[in-house]
Amino acid sequence: MSILIDKNTRLVVQGITCGEGTFHTERMLEYGTNVVAGVTPGKGGQTHLDVPVFNTVEDAVKEAGANAAAIFVPPYFAGDAIMEAADAGVALVVCITEGIPTFDMIKAKQLLKAKGTSMIGPNTPGIISPGKCKIGIMPGHIHTQGSIGIISRSGTLTYEAVQQVSLQGYGQSTAIGIGGDPIVGLKYIELLELFKQDPDTEAVVLIGEIGGTAEEEAAAYIKDTFPKPVVSFIAGQTAPPGRRMGHAGAIIAGGKGTAKEKMAALEAAGVLVCQSPAEMGIKIKEALSS
Amino acid sequence: MKIHEFQAKQILKQFGVRIPRGEVADTPMRAREIAEDIGPRVVVKAQIHAGGRGKGGGVKLANTPVEAEMLAGEILGMTLVTHQTGPEGKLVKRILVEEALDIDRELYIGIVIDRATESPVVMASSQGGMEIEKVAAETPDLIFKEYIHPATGFGVFQARKLAFKLELSGDTLKQAVKFLLTLYKAFRASDASLAEINPLLVTKQGDVLALDAKMNFDDNALKRHPDIAKMRDLDEEDSLEVEASKFDLNYIKLDGSVGCMVNGAGLAMATMDIIMHSGGMPANFLDVGGGVSEEAVKNAFRILVSDKDVKAALINIFGGIVRCDLVANGIVKAAQELELDIPIVVRLEGTNVEQGKQILENSGLAFYSASSMKEAAEKIVPLAAQ
Repeated sequence: MSILIDKNTRLVVQGITCGEGTFHTERMLEYGTNVVAGVTPGKGGQTHLDVPVFNTVEDAVKEAGANAAAIFVPPYFAGDAIMEAADAGVALVVCITEGIPTFDMIKAKQLLKAKGTSMIGPNTPGIISPGKCKIGIMPGHIHTQGSIGIISRSGTLTYEAVQQVSLQGYGQSTAIGIGGDPIVGLKYIELLELFKQDPDTEAVVLIGEIGGTAEEEAAAYIKDTFPKPVVSFIAGQTAPPGRRMGHAGAIIAGGKGTAKEKMAALEAAGVLVCQSPAEMGIKIKEALSS
Repeated sequence: MKIHEFQAKQILKQFGVRIPRGEVADTPMRAREIAEDIGPRVVVKAQIHAGGRGKGGGVKLANTPVEAEMLAGEILGMTLVTHQTGPEGKLVKRILVEEALDIDRELYIGIVIDRATESPVVMASSQGGMEIEKVAAETPDLIFKEYIHPATGFGVFQARKLAFKLELSGDTLKQAVKFLLTLYKAFRASDASLAEINPLLVTKQGDVLALDAKMNFDDNALKRHPDIAKMRDLDEEDSLEVEASKFDLNYIKLDGSVGCMVNGAGLAMATMDIIMHSGGMPANFLDVGGGVSEEAVKNAFRILVSDKDVKAALINIFGGIVRCDLVANGIVKAAQELELDIPIVVRLEGTNVEQGKQILENSGLAFYSASSMKEAAEKIVPLAAQ
């Protein structure tokens, strides 16, 4: 099994006709993702990459039966695109766009909550259930089907974790980038809850980074209620305070959000915390063979 | 993005937030003129981005316009060292000359985005003039908070609650409520990420004004605020970081000797961390972006080696969709053009990785290849120490 996406996922791509949208829709189709529709306002009625294009997400849901949306829309329009997807009633929105203004996200999240829509991202590589469905920009071929769930705030560091886990002989049930922004959709706890219920996920790799308190919140959740082994790495042990490390959300502000605090919280919750990013695969093996 | 105090006050004034009368000056003569106009008693304040200016000697009280001119002469051109500037300090190029007011109480007001509740939060404290982090750590009970619901905005009742908790009354309370509401309006309308008034002044006459003002802005929203974007002061930023930002590269200078070039922010931080675990220290954070174009690699190299502390460089690219042979070609070309003479360890991962390694090995340059992050870090640290 897997979480959130599988063979039944019917995807609409918002921004399908733009450069990025086209490139990654092709990769998703190659991977076997069921892309049933695209949306570009004003291009409704056309087909692109053999996929029917609609003017609105509402049309894509009604006419093509889309139940998930991928967003490749420029940052100043992406907040609105998220709201359009939520309003049209898709169950899952995956927003790839980086650079969305914080207040646009605060607003969009209100509608997501009101409509009960789940969101991955923004500023994420996306989500993949290997062998079944990929929504996003990650390289599909490095993933293998298996029993490890991966949750991360990063892109390429997630690929690193996937590779390390694969080298130890373990595949992935679902790998998710939750996004590098300060305000994102689903966070660790909601995803851990789903992994808890997924019988095929045996262990989880949780990759965090400096900034915010999402890792500490996850630690509190894991301590009380998560029965499966968790391995964690927190990026940014050497990051200076007060500086934004590439991701909008990766900043130690007012002395809070350090890697040290997060690692301590996770360790106290019984998580196997990696000191070095090279240990993620080995620790998973340790966790599952003990 | 950060701006100066005088700029923050200009923005706040537009929204009706009450600030002391004053003007910015870049010569002692101008400071005297301003003092003659609004004084005679004025405060002369150094305009640099760092906090702690008062303790560093960058804020002085002048009783007469002549004294203002003299103090301005001392402060302009000085290298001000505070706990936030680092030991090298910051050159003062401008001063703010403001009317001196009779202080009754110094309070604190701050607005930030609270990530846990995903909403703005207005914080108020009677402990004005102190570092709020210190107050939060030692006496958290003295900080009052009101979370702003995104759908409804900042309620008047919420501003009133805060004002009562600050033990204000009468006309002063009314002024404080208005101050809080207008401050939030300015914060929201300008897509700020921080608005901090420390101290908020209550005068002996019972008036409420922003004695100091600090505002930071959401970089992702600056395009819709061209007036604010123009306020960026490049002199306040590291010159290499400014150069990197021109090419959309995320670069942050650090103190170590191992330069790094990585694709992706998370992997870039992890690479810095693994260098430390292998006994070295990173010289920088540098994210060349997911795409890793030849142009990006070249500019990244140029910036990386402009830092004279860099003794060796580690390139860590997890290509994925990007082809490693193309990345390798870009690295070789950039190294040749820039005539790089430092040892470089390259870890490439992704499609066509073997071809990529071959290209690096055949280049005749001082490339060492590594097949994992760990191996790369273990190779680079001794090379940087030589």
